[in-house]
Amino acid sequence: MNEEYIIKQLSIFSENKAGKLAAIAKIFLDTGVSIQAFNIAEANNFGVIRVIVDKPEVAFEAFAKQNYALKYTDVLAIKMQDVPGGLFEAAKLIGELNINIEYAYAFRSGEYGALIVRVANPGEAAKALKKAGIELIPAANYHF
Amino acid sequence: MVYYNEKLETMPKEETARLQYQELKALLDRVYRNSAFYHGKMKEAGVSPDDIKSIEDIRKLPFMKKTDLRDNYPDKLVCVDREDLVRFHVSSGTTGKPTVVSYTKNDIEMWADAVARSLTACGLGKRDVIQVCYGYGLFTGGLGLHYGAEKLGAVVIPASTGNTERQIELIQDLKTTAVAGTPSYFIHLLDVAKKMGVDIRKDTNLRIAVLGAEPWTEEMRRYIHDISGVTAHNIFGTSELSGPMFCDCEEMHGTHIHSDIAYTEIIDPETGEPLPPGEKGELTITVLKKEAFPMIRYRLGDVSSILEGECPCGRTSPRIDRITGRVDDMLIIRGINVFPSAVEHALLKNPFLTSHFVIEVSRKGRLDDMLVRVELKPEAMTDSINGLMQMQAVVERTLRDALNVAARVELCPPNSLPRFEGKAKRVIDKRVI
Amino acid sequence: MFWNEKIETLKGQELRDLQLKRLKWTIHQTQNIPFYKRMFKEAGLHPDDIKTLEDIRKIPFTNKSDLRDGYPFGFLAVPMNKVNRIHTTSGTTGKPTVVAYTKGDLETWSELLARNFTMAGLKAGDIFQNAANYALFTGGLGIHMGAEKIGAAVVPSGTGNTKRQIEMIEDFKVTALHCTPSYAMHLTEVAEEMNADLSSLKVGCFGAEAWSENTRKDLENRLSVEAFDSYGMSELFGPGVAFECGEHDGLHIWHDSYLVEIIDPETGEVLEPGNHGELVVTPLVKEAMPLLRYRTRDITMLMEDDCPCGRGPKLARFFGRSDDMLTVRGINVFPSQVEHVLRSIPEVGDQFMVYIDRGESHLDEFTIQVEMNKTFFSGELSDFVKLQQKIVKTLQDTITVRARVELVEPGSLPRFEGKAKRVIDRRVI
Repeated sequence: MNEEYIIKQLSIFSENKAGKLAAIAKIFLDTGVSIQAFNIAEANNFGVIRVIVDKPEVAFEAFAKQNYALKYTDVLAIKMQDVPGGLFEAAKLIGELNINIEYAYAFRSGEYGALIVRVANPGEAAKALKKAGIELIPAANYHF
Repeated sequence: MVYYNEKLETMPKEETARLQYQELKALLDRVYRNSAFYHGKMKEAGVSPDDIKSIEDIRKLPFMKKTDLRDNYPDKLVCVDREDLVRFHVSSGTTGKPTVVSYTKNDIEMWADAVARSLTACGLGKRDVIQVCYGYGLFTGGLGLHYGAEKLGAVVIPASTGNTERQIELIQDLKTTAVAGTPSYFIHLLDVAKKMGVDIRKDTNLRIAVLGAEPWTEEMRRYIHDISGVTAHNIFGTSELSGPMFCDCEEMHGTHIHSDIAYTEIIDPETGEPLPPGEKGELTITVLKKEAFPMIRYRLGDVSSILEGECPCGRTSPRIDRITGRVDDMLIIRGINVFPSAVEHALLKNPFLTSHFVIEVSRKGRLDDMLVRVELKPEAMTDSINGLMQMQAVVERTLRDALNVAARVELCPPNSLPRFEGKAKRVIDKRVI
Repeated sequence: MFWNEKIETLKGQELRDLQLKRLKWTIHQTQNIPFYKRMFKEAGLHPDDIKTLEDIRKIPFTNKSDLRDGYPFGFLAVPMNKVNRIHTTSGTTGKPTVVAYTKGDLETWSELLARNFTMAGLKAGDIFQNAANYALFTGGLGIHMGAEKIGAAVVPSGTGNTKRQIEMIEDFKVTALHCTPSYAMHLTEVAEEMNADLSSLKVGCFGAEAWSENTRKDLENRLSVEAFDSYGMSELFGPGVAFECGEHDGLHIWHDSYLVEIIDPETGEVLEPGNHGELVVTPLVKEAMPLLRYRTRDITMLMEDDCPCGRGPKLARFFGRSDDMLTVRGINVFPSQVEHVLRSIPEVGDQFMVYIDRGESHLDEFTIQVEMNKTFFSGELSDFVKLQQKIVKTLQDTITVRARVELVEPGSLPRFEGKAKRVIDRRVI
C-alpha cells in the first residue's frame, strides 16, 4: 500500500540546553549517518528533533544505546516545483483532499523542493495524493 | 499589658507545674484506658500512669513520631467515640497516605482559645479587621486562624490564598488592619501593592501581620516593617498539635507556648535526652488538653531552643527561639510540608517515567518555586509535542493532588538525571531565608 | 426529626404574629442604613406605617444593583465592631457584593442549617464531607458551621482532587456529602472507575445550581444516597435558606426567618400561592445586613398546602432566573462579568467567544476562543502557551472558574451587529 513512499523519520527527545544539539550531531558523525532533512520543534523545557537520515536503523540503534528517547514516525515527502507557487499548488490539493497536516517542514533537494508532512494515516494519504496527481518522493531517495 | 486570659497566662511557675501535672495525669489515665495504641506504647516502655508523679516525670514516657501517625492511619490514634468527633484535618504524609488529625468540640474550643490568646499577645483585639490569607479546608491554617480571630471578636475576612490584587483591594475597601498568612506570601503581597501604586502606610489601615507555616527571619521582619510600617509576628504550630496556635508577643523575642495547654521540651535528637534552656535540639511538645487525638512527647522534627529568662510581657509560658532547621529532609513549600518520599511515591503513578527525579526548590520573586525534574522512559517517546506536553501536565496534576502544592515539572531525557550510590540526594534547595 | 420542632411547625396566627414582630424589628434595624432611610423618605413612608404583614407591599423592592452601589459597607446596620465576619459574592461586574455578619448572625445562620441537616436525618456521629469552596464564598464555611452545629464530624475537603475526596469517603467512612449535583455526578463516575466502596454514604446534600429529577435518580442509584436539594444565597446569609425534607417535593423555607413573596418579575405584582414567579425575600432575623423585599431573580412558586412532614408550605424546585445569571460549577457568574475580565487582558481585546458546556465528566466547562491579536504575535510557540495560561489564571483568580482557552486566527470569530452575545450556554441540564 504505497509503502515505497513512507519515509522513516526519527523523532528524538532533547532538552533545550546549550550543547545538546552538538551532542546529538556527534552521534550522527560517529556512526557515519548522513542527515537528509532536519527540524527542531520546541515546547517548554524540551524539544523534539525530527530528522530524516540515510540509515535510520543504524542511527536508531546508536541513539537507543545511549539511552535517548526516540521513535520512528512515518512521514511523506511531497515534491514541489522550485518556482513561485509551488507550495501553493501542493497545499491546495492537500486541502481539497481534506487531509489534515499535523506538522510539515520543507527543504530544497537538488532541482526541486521537498515538503515533509506528517498526517494521521500516511498510507491512505499517499494513495489519495497520488490519485490527485501529486508527486511523492520515494523513500528510497533518502534511505539507502 | 492586655491579656486574653490573664490568670492562666501569668500564672507563677510552681502553680503552672502543678496544673500541668494534673492535666498530664488526667490525659495519661484517659489514653491508658481508652487507646490501644498508647496503652501498648507505654507497656512497651515499661511505664504506667502511676509512675508519673510530677511534670518532670514526663521524660519517662515514650516519644511519638510522624511515622506513628502514618502507621495508624486513619483512626487508630483516635481516643474518643465517633459521636464526639466534630472535625478532621489532613496534612501531607511521608508517603501516599496523608496524616489525619481529628477533633472534639472541646479540642476546637481549646485551639480557638489558644489562637485568640496569641492574637491578643500580638496586639490584636475585637476592633481589628483580620484578613486570613491562609488556605481554608483540609489545611489547618485557614480554619485555625479563622476560629481564633472570630473567638477574639474581630471582623474576619476569609480571603484564603491567591488572587493577590483582589486581596489588596479588600485590604483597602474593607479597612483591614491585620493579615494572617505565610511570610513569603505577605512579602509578595507588599510587592504587588507597590506595583499597583498602593502605599500600605497611606492607603490602608494595615498595621499587623501574623505570619507562619514556614521558616522566616528577623531580617524579613525588619524588611517588612521598613517598607510597609507593618509589625510582623510569628505564629507557630502544626496540624498534629491542632494547627497554628502559638505567637510571639509584642516583645517579639521568642514564641510563647501556652503552658496550661502544652508542655515544651527540647531534646537531643540522637539520644532523646532533654536539653536545658539555651541549648539547641529537636522541639518536642505534649499537648496537655487534647481529647480526640492526644499528642504526647511528639517530636516535631524542628530544630529550636527554649529561651532563657523571663519575658517582660509578664507571660510566664516558655518561649521557643525561631526554628532554624529540620532533623529530617522535610521541605516547606509555600507553607505546605513536603516530604521527598511523598514526591517519589506520587511519581510512581506515572508509568511513562523512570524512578529517577530531582527536586529543585528556589524563589521566584518572593514565592517558593518547586521544580521536579523527571525522566522519560525511552519506550514512552512520542513524536507529538502535544503528547509530551500532556505527559508533563499529567505529572504536574499527580504531584499537585498528592502534595497539595503546585510543582513545575520538567521532562528530561532518559539517563540524564544523577544516579546515586548509597543515600540519594535528590533535593536541591537554593532558597536563602 | 426536628432540630427545633416548635418553631419549625409554627403556623397560623402564631406564626403571623412572630413574623410581624420580627418584620417590625427588621424595619427598625434598616433605619440605620442610609439607603433605606432615603427609600422610606422618598416613598413617603414611616416605619410605623407597617402595621400588618400585608403592609410590606408599600415598601419598594431592593435589587442586587442597590447592594453593588453600596459597596463596601453601605448596607451595614451595625457599627463595625459588632461585625464578626465578612463574605463576598460575585457582582455583575468588577466589584463584589459584601455581606457582613454579627456574632448573632453567625449563630442564627448555623441554627437554620442545623434545622436543614436534622430534617435530612443527620446528627452527631455522622461524618460530613464538605466538598464546597471555602473562604469568601459562603457555601463552604456556611455548610461547615451547620454540620458542626448538629455535632457531625466535618471533613473540610474543599473542591477538587476527586480521587482524594473518594479515598477520604472510604477511609473515614463518610456518611454525608455536600457538593454541587454536577460534581457529585463526576465523583460518582470516578469512584466507579476506581472501584471504590462508598457504601458508608447515606445522605447527599446538593445545591448551588439547578438540577433535574433525572440527576436525582441517577445519584440516588449510583451513589446510594438520599439526595436533598439545598437553596441559598449570600445576601440571605448563604446556603440553608431552603432545603428539602424526606418528602422530596419542594423545599422548606424557614417562614419564621424569611418572609416570602412571589412576584411577577415584569410588573412587580404579588402573586398568590400556586403561581410561578420571582422569589422576593425579606429576612426577618438579620442584624448586620437586614434587607427588605430583596429580589432574588430566582423563579419558583409558593405551594398552597402545608407539608405532610408537619412543616409549613414549601417552595417548588427552582427552575430558572429572571436575569441572565449563570451558575457554573456552583459559582454564580454573570456574562457581563466574564466579558469584563476578558477585556481587561490586553492581549485579548474585543474578539472572543465564551462557551459553557457540560462535558462527559458532568462538570461544567468554559471554552474561551480568543482571536490572536496581531500586536502581540511574537512567533514563539511558548508565548502562545503563556498567553493561554495567563487567561486561565486570570479567570481562575477573578471569578474562580476554570477555563480552556483556544487561540484562533484573527477574523475567524463571529462579528455582531447590535448587542453582542459573546457568552453562550450550551448545557442541557
